[in-house]
Amino acid sequence: MNKRVAMRDHSSESNLFKRRAFVCFVGVIALLCLLLANMYYLQLQNFETYNTRSNDNRISIVPIAPPRGLIYDRNGVLLAENRPTFSIEIIPERVDDIDVMLKELGSLITLSETDISSFNTRHKQSRRFKPITLKDRLSEREVAIFSVNQHRFKGAQIESNLSRYYPYGEAITHALGYVARINTKDVERLTKDEKITNYAATKTIGKQGIERYYEDLLHGEAGYQEVEVNNRGRIIRTLRVKPPVPGHDLYLNIDINLQLQAHSILEGRRGSIVLIDPETSGILALVSSPSYDPNQFVSGISNTNYSALLNSRDRPLINRASQGTYPPASTIKPLMAVMGLELDKIDEEEQIFDPGFFQIPNTKRRFRDWKRWGHGWVDVTKAIEQSVDTFFYKLAYDVGIDNIHNYMNKFGFGRYTGIDIHEETKANMPSREWKRERHRQPWWQGDTISVGIGQGYWTATPLQLAQATNILVNKGRVIDPKIVHAIDDGNQTVALPLLEHDSIEVRDQRHWEIALNGMYGVVNRSNGTARRAFVGTPYVSAGKSGTAQVIAIADDAEYDADAIDERHRDNAMFIAFAPYDKPKIVASIVVENAGGGSSNGGPIARELFDSFMSRQDFNDVLNRYDLVDENE
Amino acid sequence: MNKQQQQSIWWRLHIDWPLLLGLVVLCGVGSFILYSASGESMAMLNRQLVRVFFAFVVMFVMAQISPDVYARWALPLFLVGLIMLVMVLVFGHVGKGAQRWLDLGVVRFQPSEIMKVAVPLMVASYISKHSLPPKFTVLLVGAAIAIAPTLLIARQPDLGTSLLVAASGIFVLFLAGMSWALVAAAAAAIAALLPVLWYFFMHDYQRQRVLTLLNPERDPLNTGYHIIQSKISIGSGGLSGKGWLQGTQSQLDFLPERHTDFIFAVFAEEFGYIGVILLLALYLYIIARGLLIAIQAQTAFGRLIAGSLTLTFFVYVFVNIGMVSGLLPVVGVPLPLISYGGTSIVTLMAGFGVLMSVHTHKRLYAQ
Repeated sequence: MNKRVAMRDHSSESNLFKRRAFVCFVGVIALLCLLLANMYYLQLQNFETYNTRSNDNRISIVPIAPPRGLIYDRNGVLLAENRPTFSIEIIPERVDDIDVMLKELGSLITLSETDISSFNTRHKQSRRFKPITLKDRLSEREVAIFSVNQHRFKGAQIESNLSRYYPYGEAITHALGYVARINTKDVERLTKDEKITNYAATKTIGKQGIERYYEDLLHGEAGYQEVEVNNRGRIIRTLRVKPPVPGHDLYLNIDINLQLQAHSILEGRRGSIVLIDPETSGILALVSSPSYDPNQFVSGISNTNYSALLNSRDRPLINRASQGTYPPASTIKPLMAVMGLELDKIDEEEQIFDPGFFQIPNTKRRFRDWKRWGHGWVDVTKAIEQSVDTFFYKLAYDVGIDNIHNYMNKFGFGRYTGIDIHEETKANMPSREWKRERHRQPWWQGDTISVGIGQGYWTATPLQLAQATNILVNKGRVIDPKIVHAIDDGNQTVALPLLEHDSIEVRDQRHWEIALNGMYGVVNRSNGTARRAFVGTPYVSAGKSGTAQVIAIADDAEYDADAIDERHRDNAMFIAFAPYDKPKIVASIVVENAGGGSSNGGPIARELFDSFMSRQDFNDVLNRYDLVDENE
Repeated sequence: MNKQQQQSIWWRLHIDWPLLLGLVVLCGVGSFILYSASGESMAMLNRQLVRVFFAFVVMFVMAQISPDVYARWALPLFLVGLIMLVMVLVFGHVGKGAQRWLDLGVVRFQPSEIMKVAVPLMVASYISKHSLPPKFTVLLVGAAIAIAPTLLIARQPDLGTSLLVAASGIFVLFLAGMSWALVAAAAAAIAALLPVLWYFFMHDYQRQRVLTLLNPERDPLNTGYHIIQSKISIGSGGLSGKGWLQGTQSQLDFLPERHTDFIFAVFAEEFGYIGVILLLALYLYIIARGLLIAIQAQTAFGRLIAGSLTLTFFVYVFVNIGMVSGLLPVVGVPLPLISYGGTSIVTLMAGFGVLMSVHTHKRLYAQ
């Protein structure tokens, strides 16, 4: 062994090693270059990609809900506001022992079983550093008690939120509507309309009335906070804040005093009152009775309360003003008169003899007048003043259903009025086609006769009646009725443009005046049906009563046996306007099962007109805001 | 070797100062990165600094011992290491799903670390007893010496360390002058063995790692997460980096294992491409110095051990950076002298101690 070692050629071994070491060194350099090339690829060529992904990792967007627009009446009285509500939140990771803390908190603040169990559920699901709500809507007392003792509860804090509040409660529910928690259906719709991102932080959404119709304007634009988060989503710091844009404020045409008065008049009764400003078709009041408190929907109504509302025989959830369908009865006689004059089936002087009934020629069936012994000789004016059924039976017979259908369509019957709430029905203006489809029967001549006095298949909503009267008062000018008058976008208050349609043209303006004069007679002449209700008013008004012989709401078919008598009584209907020369207000009143329209509807109209006409400032009210009038 | 050099203070201390300079700078840089990667933890940095200091002491002690002693003690050291590896498999302590630790009552350590030094020493001392280039039988024995502990370590399983141990032995064989035909044959044999390895020897998680390397996005939440986040960290560093302590990926915990195996990603994120070039240059400097020492060694043993240790050091660098940047599968290899953790630093510095010993214990020959 030793010998062989001695024979080793050290210099050749050394050279061999040098060559191998050199090869290795070249290999090292090559591999380092490979690493550098890969780094070049990652850090320079794909920098943008990885930088974006790095930012996606660390930057998280936290949406901020915009404050919802406020709603005022025409005088600037707040009808829907955002009130701070307080809740207790707990951040689990800051609490030493949650059970002990809940026990101690429970001794200060009432915590229900549901509060605690829902807290525990969410506690298990969410991250330890995210606040979890323990109790919502604390009372001021509870806030005060907690604040004094806050030092004892590390990790618990009071959080304030804005939530909708309706100070007038049930008095204006059906016009204003309400907001409630966003549900899955809302989410689907918002997703479809691509609005969902704007609602990322929003908890409630308009469900009814103005709140629903103007949701997009009221909601505003969500803001957001750009925050840096770590890999567990904990916020490290705020990078940027884009504040939310508050929703637009709305000014209504509604006058809260009129609304409250109308609401209290119908208190305890079923019915509806609609008041319209004939100059603009603005809705001055819109009442449906009975009503309900919208505030209970905002934070989530309990099942018991909701099913009580849903199953109530009085159906408070229905907006009777725009969804209640009633036979219009005699209230449409002035309109029928205009139609008869216009179609030349009657004229101003022509008289017919009323024996107390009408018979279709060559038939036996008698259509009775409300006055058993008849009104004797009757002209169109007297026919309106005294509500002579026979006159209009004959007129309807002469004119025929096709004409009635088409002409009454122009006054808005059987159509949507264009009011700015979604809760509306078209009711029914019958026609041959309608009957064929609905009843699979041809139209009989007898059907036409009862339509002549606003009965039979004809139904209308109180709002439709108000609007038809409004068109009559305006001698054919048609402007859609609107609840909202102006919108404040934060910079300026802009009046909504009036939505005017083609006017109803007449051959002779006298035709309007004859009908209006008839309504004047109803209230002011000695034989007028409603003269008693309006005795001694300092202003001159006009109106027309109606007494509908039918049941309450058309689709409400079931009746409680105990109340069957009361609920079978006639509906009192009344339409009116004042002052006669230069109308400022139009009213449509329906009181279910109240009896005669003149004696039950008339006094309501008078009471409302009295207070309205006594307010001299009424015209100036809208000038209080810096209105930019879009109509000019 | 001139006289002046031999009489210098460094010579007498058996320290190669150019190499020492490189190591000190590297450890200094490492401390800064670790401070950032640990989330500015002074406590962690202090623990690491103590280890680094201890490692330098080990290096200094190792440098004082003559290469002849290493050659003589290579066999006993190797045998002890081998026995301990067997013991680990039998009674070892399980940590992180693998048996790597041996608890000796006083200290717990990984016998596989000993092998990182013992295997090249053993192979080098065996091969250098024969004339070079080695004969085929000698090569076979040398290869067997390297492969036995490699397989034991791979059984633990610790793929990273077994790879390093195998490499350290193979480098000796290659540097000794193994013929190119054999190199090619061995390479072909390994290539042929890969499928066998895949189907019969690799654990499921190891296969996962390889698959993940090929396509990290296929499992972005589990095995792929490390690689994806690591590449995002590196890529988002750009040319000049986000700045020290400013790396969002690392500071916000998106990067896993950021102070140990993935610390290079922290560095690349905070110092960018420029920093990466400088760091690789520093590593290259140390490697070049190591190879120079090897070339200048007087004995075959000295040359082989110095060359092998230096190249193994490079394997550390390459495998770690390669896996962090998505070129290689994730095997547990730390970034040398920078990753947090004691054993690897001590082993590495012990190796550099041997290198210095080779360089500074030279007999003087008459001109």
